[in-house]
Parts: sequence; structure tokens; C-alpha cells
Amino acid sequence: MIELQGVHKSFGDKSVLIDINARFDTGRTNLIIGQSGSGKTVLMKCIVGLLTPTRGQILYDGRDFVTMSKRERTLLRREMGMIFQSAALFDSMTVLENVMFPLDMFSADNLVDRQRRARQCLDRVNLLEAERKFPDEISGGMQKRVAIARAIALNPRYLFCDEPNSGLDPRTSLVIDELIHSITQEYQMTTIMNTHDMNSVMGIGESIIFIREGHQEWTGTKADVLRSHNEHLTDFIFASNLLKEARQALIAKQ
Amino acid sequence: MASLLSPLHTFGRYLELMAKVFARPERMRMFFKQYVKEMQQLGVDSIVIVLMISFFIGAVICIQMKVNIQSPWMPRFTTGYTTREILLLEFSSSIMCLILAGKVGSNIASELGTMRVTQQIDALEIMGVNSASFLILPKILGLVTMIPLLVSFSIVAGFAGAYAISFVGGIITAEDLTYGLQHGFNPWFVWMGVIKSLFFAFIIASVSAFYGYTVEGGSVEVGKASTDSVVHCSMLILFADIFLTQLLS
Repeated sequence: MIELQGVHKSFGDKSVLIDINARFDTGRTNLIIGQSGSGKTVLMKCIVGLLTPTRGQILYDGRDFVTMSKRERTLLRREMGMIFQSAALFDSMTVLENVMFPLDMFSADNLVDRQRRARQCLDRVNLLEAERKFPDEISGGMQKRVAIARAIALNPRYLFCDEPNSGLDPRTSLVIDELIHSITQEYQMTTIMNTHDMNSVMGIGESIIFIREGHQEWTGTKADVLRSHNEHLTDFIFASNLLKEARQALIAKQ
Repeated sequence: MASLLSPLHTFGRYLELMAKVFARPERMRMFFKQYVKEMQQLGVDSIVIVLMISFFIGAVICIQMKVNIQSPWMPRFTTGYTTREILLLEFSSSIMCLILAGKVGSNIASELGTMRVTQQIDALEIMGVNSASFLILPKILGLVTMIPLLVSFSIVAGFAGAYAISFVGGIITAEDLTYGLQHGFNPWFVWMGVIKSLFFAFIIASVSAFYGYTVEGGSVEVGKASTDSVVHCSMLILFADIFLTQLLS
């Protein structure tokens, strides 16, 4: 479980995050949603330690990430996996080498066992056949799946996904969403995902926080989204007329 | 005041980065893998350009010395002697490193800059890897290891160029050239070139890594970092050359 308590982040005199309080439970897909520029990427960077919050606490199962020593941070980071918007695969390495990288760095297993584990992870994302290819030889969706395989190689307790559907077609986005959701339950991880994709929200949003202009504006589940009277949230999620009509139909059906 | 403090601020950030770089590698197996890869990429892959440039410059120096320096009043070995001194003392160490600052320096800056903007460095940090040490230390040690080899190759190729022009151009006999190359030879001059090149290699690898690693933005900034690294490496090499030449002479 990850808890945020009164998290603030400023750049100079500009406040980007203001008093964020949230709880992300284990075994659930927790979403942070908001428009571009709302502060959700900054929040994600604060949670994973790429940025330091100006104030507040970030608790990983009770351990405060902000105040812990550099050594403790390094050890905690080995319990994290992250999927970046751009996949961030190492382009000088093959797919298999990318997945093996965390194992090569931190696992005490021998080469055969490390390769076996990497292939297990690739098999889990249905990419075993691409193990010898380089990242620029595979599609964007496949790159994201390799990134998922790399993120789970060390059996992390915490999984972070920064807009994993960005740049993907709707069908591939659904595949990635489902994969992240099923892996979260399978590995019993605490998963936090940044997104502004409505399909992700309504598909896997077991716990959602909505950020607007740096404020935590709304908290709930995908079922609560339909019933919410928060004007900003409904404007954001059901942006087009088609989606607004679909929402009305769903409410009427319920 | 701000313009005065800016270089100091940059130097401070450079020192901070170097403090991160010279940390004990997390996995020696991975470090050696990277180290060998960098020796190949930065050193072995530069051999051809070093040989080509040194060969032609050696030939040109020989022609220039013969045409512009040698006269009936001077001994016939003057051309060989001056060609050797120029190659040993300045060309094969300092000028060759200036050329390598262009080839290797821009390569390092653009590689690290691209890794930064595509979040590959962030990915390393999230995994708990000291990205500065993992990426930069093998580059510095790889280039410092390979540079004496490149300097030696440059000296030999320069002499080969001088011999080639003596045969092809017929401007000087091989005997006169050989006598000049051997006349009053001081082995310390070779060591001087090698020692200077070790410092220059450190400058090239660390300064260009600093510019690449600290890129913020996109592809335009990566290009700018690459240019900045070459400019600053070249200036620092020339500046260091004055001190090292004074110190070692």
C-alpha cells in the first residue's frame, strides 16, 4: 500500500501539486487521471522519487520515501517496476537483454536461471518470439509489453505506469490495460497508473483520483464516475457528445 | 554577476556528477561488460580515422618542412628531425585528441542525451541503479585505457606518411628521413605525449558525458549538448595543453 499525506510540489513560486492525500491499495489498479498539465506526471515523479515533494509524506507500507536514507531509497527502488510513456527500453539491447537487465544487476541467480526468468516474463506478455529483436524492430504496443515484462522481472511490490496507452490504437490500449490489471492481481502489487484515457478509466479503474490544476478534485471508483456530479470530472471523462449520450444511457440502464 | 557565477555553477554541477560517477559499481560483471564495450566503441572504432588523419598529416608535415624550413645551410636531417618532434610533441597527443573530441565527444554527448530525453536514464534510476556510474564510468575508463594505443598508432602512422611522401614525392631520401627521425631522439617525448593524452581523454569523456547526461528537453537540446561538448572539450584540451607542456617539459 502507498499513502500520500499532504503532498505539495512547487517549482519556484509556482505550485504544481497542492495538498494531495491518497491511498493506493495492494492488488488493485489505482488510477491518477487528469488533463494534460494537471500535475499527474509530477505527482507520479514525486511518488517514484524522480522529484522531491516540497512538503508531505509518501509512505510505502509505512516507510516514508521522502525522509529515508539514500541507501534505503536504493533498496526500496528495487521493489519498484515502472512502465514509461515512451517504454524507455534500452535501444542498444535486444528484447531479451532488456528484460534480463534488472536480473543482471540485482539477481544472484546464474545466467541460465536469469534467462529462464526473463523468458517467463516475456511469455507472460506473449512476446517470446521477439526475444532476439531490438526495440526499434518491434511495434509501439510490443515495446510497451516488453516494458511490462522488464518491470515484473524482479517480482516488484509496486508497479508504476506513466500513460502506458499513449500513442497506441484503442485495441492495443485495451490489451495493455488488461495485461497491467491481470498482472497486478497475479503478483499482488500496488499499481499506480497515470492516464487520460477514458477506456482505461472505465475498464480497469478500481480506484481513481482526479487531479485538476494541482488539486485532488475527486476520488472514487469507475462505478462512481457514472454517478458523479462533479462537473469537471464528467467534462473530462465524457468529453464528446457521443460519450455524454453513452453515459446517460448507462445511468438509465442502471 | 550572474554571468560570472554561471560557469562556477556549471563547474559545481560537473563536480557533483563526477562524485556520483566515481562510486563503486553495483555489479562488477555488468561494469566490465560495459567497460569492454566502451573500449571497443570509443577506442577500437576510432583507430581507422586516427590512422588516416595521422598518415596524411605526417606526409604534409614532411613536405612543409622540406619546402619551407630546409635550406642548403641546414643539415639534411632537419626535415626528418622536425617532423618527428612535431608528431611526438603536439600532433599525436594534443591535435589528435582535439579530433577525437569531435568524434568521440559528440558521440558520448548525443548517446547520453538521447537516453535522457527518451527516459532510459530515468528507467535506470527507478530500478535503483546509479545511472551516472553505470553509464559514464566505463566511458571514462574505456577511453583513458585506449588513448595510449591511439597515440602510438598516430605516431607510427605519421612516420609512415612521411616515408610514403619521401618515396612517392621523391622530395627527400629515405636515408635522410630515417637519420632525421633518429637524430637526438629523447624517449621522454613519447611518454610526454602519452601522459598528456591521458588527461585529454579524461576531459573528452567526462565533459561530453556531463553535457549529454544533463540534457533537458528534446532533440534540439541533444544537438546543442553535442555541439557544446565539442566546443568545451576543445577549449579545455588547449588550455590543459599549456599547463601540461610547461609541467612536463
